Amino acid sequence: MLGFLIRRIIQSVFVMLAVALIAFMMFRFMGDPVNSMVAENATTEERDAVRARLGLDQPLWMQYGRFVGRAAQGDFGLSWRNARPVSTLLAERFPATAELVLVAAGLSLLLGIPLGILTALRPNSFSAQTLQFLSLIGISLPTFVTGILLILVFSVWLGWLPSFGRGEVVDIGWWSTGFLTLSGLKALVLPSVMLCLFQLTLIMRLVRAEMMEVLRTDYIKFARARGLPSRSINFRHALRNTLIPVITIFGLQLGGLIAFAIITETVFQWPGMGALFIQAVSFGDVPVMAAYLVLVSLIFVVINTTVDLLYAVLDPRLRVDSPRGAH
Amino acid sequence: MTLLSVENLTVAFPGRRGTVNAIENVSLSISPGEILGMVGESGAGKSMTGAAIIGLIEPPGRIAEGRILLDGQRIDTLRPEEMRRIRGRQIGAIFQDPLTSLNPVLTVGEQLIETIQTHLKLSHSEARERAIDWLRRVGIPAPEARIDTYPHQYSGGMRQRVVIALALCAEPRLVIADEPTTALDVSVQAQIIALLRRLARETGVAVILVTHDMGVIAETADRVAVMYAGRIVEIGQVADVLKNPRHPYTSGLMASIPRIGPRPEVLPQIEGAMPRPGNRPEGCAFAPRCPHPVERCTRVRPALEGTATASVACHLTEEVPA
Ligand SMILES: Nc1ncnc2c1ncn2[C@@H]1O[C@H](COP(=O)(O)OP(=O)(O)OP(=O)(O)O)[C@@H](O)[C@H]1O
Ligand SMILES: [Mg+2]
Repeated sequence: MLGFLIRRIIQSVFVMLAVALIAFMMFRFMGDPVNSMVAENATTEERDAVRARLGLDQPLWMQYGRFVGRAAQGDFGLSWRNARPVSTLLAERFPATAELVLVAAGLSLLLGIPLGILTALRPNSFSAQTLQFLSLIGISLPTFVTGILLILVFSVWLGWLPSFGRGEVVDIGWWSTGFLTLSGLKALVLPSVMLCLFQLTLIMRLVRAEMMEVLRTDYIKFARARGLPSRSINFRHALRNTLIPVITIFGLQLGGLIAFAIITETVFQWPGMGALFIQAVSFGDVPVMAAYLVLVSLIFVVINTTVDLLYAVLDPRLRVDSPRGAH
Repeated sequence: MTLLSVENLTVAFPGRRGTVNAIENVSLSISPGEILGMVGESGAGKSMTGAAIIGLIEPPGRIAEGRILLDGQRIDTLRPEEMRRIRGRQIGAIFQDPLTSLNPVLTVGEQLIETIQTHLKLSHSEARERAIDWLRRVGIPAPEARIDTYPHQYSGGMRQRVVIALALCAEPRLVIADEPTTALDVSVQAQIIALLRRLARETGVAVILVTHDMGVIAETADRVAVMYAGRIVEIGQVADVLKNPRHPYTSGLMASIPRIGPRPEVLPQIEGAMPRPGNRPEGCAFAPRCPHPVERCTRVRPALEGTATASVACHLTEEVPA
């Protein structure tokens, strides 16, 4: 297990170095940054001075090394738009996105797994068929359309829930949370529903397919032949085998949620990192874009490693260091 | 005294082109402690007979006709929950493939203890004692340590031993062993059969042993039932049937016993193939392959007739009763 962990961490470091390289190259592709930092009529000497101050006169690999070194300490320089530290900007926006993604992910699991089980155990029942049909809609409708529909129904017609913003937030240290106020919670509902819908239907369909597959296996037939109660067969014997592949997909999709959050945050004017990223793109604010890219990749890598570890916990066959018996 | 009797059992599957009978008019009985061998080529209906007895026919299949009695009580009409209590406790099952019969994410001990506690009123530690005891009985070395390991840590032969322990741990009175050694190495097959035979003697459990291996039948079984195209065509004492087969299909089987190596799908000595359900001729299903059919064979389906100990379904034997 330890060897596995170390291997994974080394792999992750290489992935992050590659991502950092891409982020670093973004600066190059956006043209000469010196142009935008000096006056129109600056002399060559003035330009060179700025260049030297920014370290842009050094060889590329040294610049890359410096970029990585700083990034590792969370330093991505200043935003070109408002000259504030990029790390501060991201830190301000991070809690909003994290809470949104957390709630959406929680919802998709909490609803997706039971609904998947239900439709697998009673595939011919009316409710299962209805759910299957609804999930088809959920999976094929573009998320921004569902977002706009949600706003139309619950904000415009019914007036129950706010259509934009986070509501009131409470600061706990540097973290600002919307979980502690009523308006904060209400504001979370529509965006998290929109964000989780695709994920929810995906998990439901996946759990259903996996569960039906597992229920056909020999070990389930043998468990039935031993007279075990169906509750145990469904939830002890079948469910655990079902959840093993579901966890992988969920882990991969969790990264997807963060990426999809960009759309949700735009639709609901949610003050998260995704909205910050969209702003940065429209202003050509490369440091913010680069930092966002690196941060999201880091989250992806951490999640994937966690999923692999969890997999090993759930599936005894993958515990590499476990003692093997005589054959 | 009869432990289990199957009377005139027909299992039907509704299909697109009408219902087909996977097995038809199957009758057999088994006494306590008896080992009944069951042979016949692939698709003959051996597994389906077992599934019907244990109450696990997969829908939409159903028992269309006949009945199944355990201790003289009908069990084919029990409610699912009542039948569940019989499975494992009265009638156990051992399947073909030990590699896939065990749940990969639960330890061997967890699977044994759960099965024991489902049927017997025992505390967890008592059930664990019993589980260790069963592992020892089926020949797992160091059962105290192995009980907490997972199936993938066992070899194929060892896993089949675990499967046998699981099937017997609630002390059923009948166990249906459906080709318990087909998936195993030849070298291990004999050990598993010997183990089954020993346990049957020790515990007095009756066994329905499905196999393609006539040698195993000869050594192990008391009686043998020969199935062909969903029907039992001959049933009787092993010694009689093997020495003196009366149904031409049984004779063919005897002639085609492969001495070594895997069994062939189509028996070389018998020309042609067994008809699929829904495709069976009006008369005797074996008539197209029979070496000496008479005119009646293609018209009238022969019934299984004979004494309590020896029966055969063939027109040729009717004139000359044994
Ligand atoms: N789910 C099903 N639907 C329809 N027919 C089925 C179904 N399962 C089995 N059958 C039919 O029932 C017949 C008996 O099958 P069974 O599995 O009992 O054969 P078998 O004697 O055990 O063969 P094998 O030696 O290959 O295990 C076969 O002809 C098969 O086509
Ligand atoms: Mg079979």
